[in-house]
Amino acid sequence: MSAAPAWTIGSVRDALLAKRTSARELAKDFYAQIERRNPQINAFLALCPERAYAQADRVDAAIAKGQPLGPLAGVPVAIKDVISTEGVRTTCGSKILENYTPPYDATAVERLETAGAVILGKTNCDEFAMGSSNENSAYGPVRNPVALDRVPGGSSGGSAAAVAAGLSVVALGTDTGGSIRQPGAYCGVPALMPTYGRVSRYGLIAFASSLDRIGPFATNIADAAAVMSVIAGHDSNDSTSAAVDVPDYAAEMEQSLNGLRIGVPEDYFGAGLDPELKAKIQTGIALLENLGCKRVPLKMPHTDYAIATYYIVATAEASSNLARYDGVRYGLRVQGDTLMDMYRRTRERGFGPEVKRRIMLGTYALSSGYYDAYYLRAQKVRALIARDFASAFEKVDAILTPTAPTPAFKLGEKTADPLEMYLADIYTVTGSLAGVPGISVPCGKTAAGLPIGMQIFASHFGEARILQLARAFEKAGGFSI
Amino acid sequence: MKINREEVLRVAQLAHLELAPEEVETYRGQLDEILAYIGKLQELDVSGVEPMTQMRPQAAGGPHQGSGMAAGAEGATAAAGAEHELRDDVVVPCNVAEAVLAEAPDAAKPFFRVPKVIDR
Repeated sequence: MSAAPAWTIGSVRDALLAKRTSARELAKDFYAQIERRNPQINAFLALCPERAYAQADRVDAAIAKGQPLGPLAGVPVAIKDVISTEGVRTTCGSKILENYTPPYDATAVERLETAGAVILGKTNCDEFAMGSSNENSAYGPVRNPVALDRVPGGSSGGSAAAVAAGLSVVALGTDTGGSIRQPGAYCGVPALMPTYGRVSRYGLIAFASSLDRIGPFATNIADAAAVMSVIAGHDSNDSTSAAVDVPDYAAEMEQSLNGLRIGVPEDYFGAGLDPELKAKIQTGIALLENLGCKRVPLKMPHTDYAIATYYIVATAEASSNLARYDGVRYGLRVQGDTLMDMYRRTRERGFGPEVKRRIMLGTYALSSGYYDAYYLRAQKVRALIARDFASAFEKVDAILTPTAPTPAFKLGEKTADPLEMYLADIYTVTGSLAGVPGISVPCGKTAAGLPIGMQIFASHFGEARILQLARAFEKAGGFSI
Repeated sequence: MKINREEVLRVAQLAHLELAPEEVETYRGQLDEILAYIGKLQELDVSGVEPMTQMRPQAAGGPHQGSGMAAGAEGATAAAGAEHELRDDVVVPCNVAEAVLAEAPDAAKPFFRVPKVIDR
């Protein structure tokens, strides 16, 4: 959408080494673009030029001295506003954190900067990452740069829109039930949710702790792989991060697809899937078959129960995680005569309607008398959904599905009906519940020009497999099929 | 009807949320619709299924193999206890009090100040 040619991690590096531009000049160009486009798109909530230029100058100094450069040297990046950035306001899209400035960096942010990346600012999102359209942000919705009357998806709508509009080269988002993949699909950019535990969540402000993950948005697979190589891996500050070796994604993604078994679960292609999307995804799968993959029909019988399961598990965890916003230690405080008054007034004023709805749903599901019927049962169904994936991966190397049942919808179209909004995540929440990695890659457009996303799941820690399929799909022209 | 007005008020109280009178009916209707949808979980036979109480994915057959997953839901849960990695219990400096208190709405070092809790 931007007039300038799209930058990639590779083209930034080439331009810097050839001295066609400097990291400072590049950052300046991106800020100029943001100033032009952001009033329309509302992808950024905060910019941090001081920090960006200081980092850019470090990169430029290293180039001048001929010192070795980090893998992301000079690359402009954007960070979803639920991820902590030292000294840079971090609101989670909520009024309750309107004036909150974290005293430390998230590990993912620190690793990006250590690799040379230039952090431009913080991106808009649904409040506390709760939403599928970015319309739940307390700071106004993001508009889809591909079609301004449409939503960018959510909750990482700002990160998806920033990358799609060329306002940052790559971006970090977070995914709890589809919040990376679904906006990736709506905005037409690759968007990867890593395995649960693959990327440290130290400094990620928690929504649902058994589901939350950090992952990249990019314009191409090589860039997604490059970001993963930087942010993946164990972190002693996050006991849920896995001590599993990080492969060389850039090398692994170039492997031949010959003989790979790709599972196509019929449960993801039934009623509710837009026929135009269905046709494109089938064409996408056929392209992978032409590249040497073997198509295997699958049944994943508990798919239809995933949304119900998710909205118990995620809201129960949210009701617990968001108990910390009480006006005592950080963020908004609304004074009251008693401590309890202060808690209640602070939370009433600070939280938006969707956050309150989910806190109440989760509190209800955990409350005495309802725990067995809702929370315990949902955890059992979650085990069945995970089992669907485990059995599937005994037969196949990857699973292919649509990312979302429809393309990006219009702003305001679903805000009146929370349940209808929840159903936008029907194909993504399954993988969230099972802990497996998944990517959304562009797979053509509708007749009206709206992007379509194809989702690829692999087994736990199978990001290399996902990137390999996505890379071959990209090289064969699948993105514009 | 899955949830009535009194239950909405009870839940709001448990969650420390103060609802405006007009919000109570809006949330009641919306929660009712959502809970009716969630009711579909009752269709499934879950007898003998162990609840998935935590998420501990295991790498299968080496660090980055895409195919074949050793740990299913039961495997992941059962293995969780054994696989838990505990860090060494060593004291490390943590001089963050100043920075943390700087974000407090009302601090009187080294404390957070709140409305009076105990009457003497």
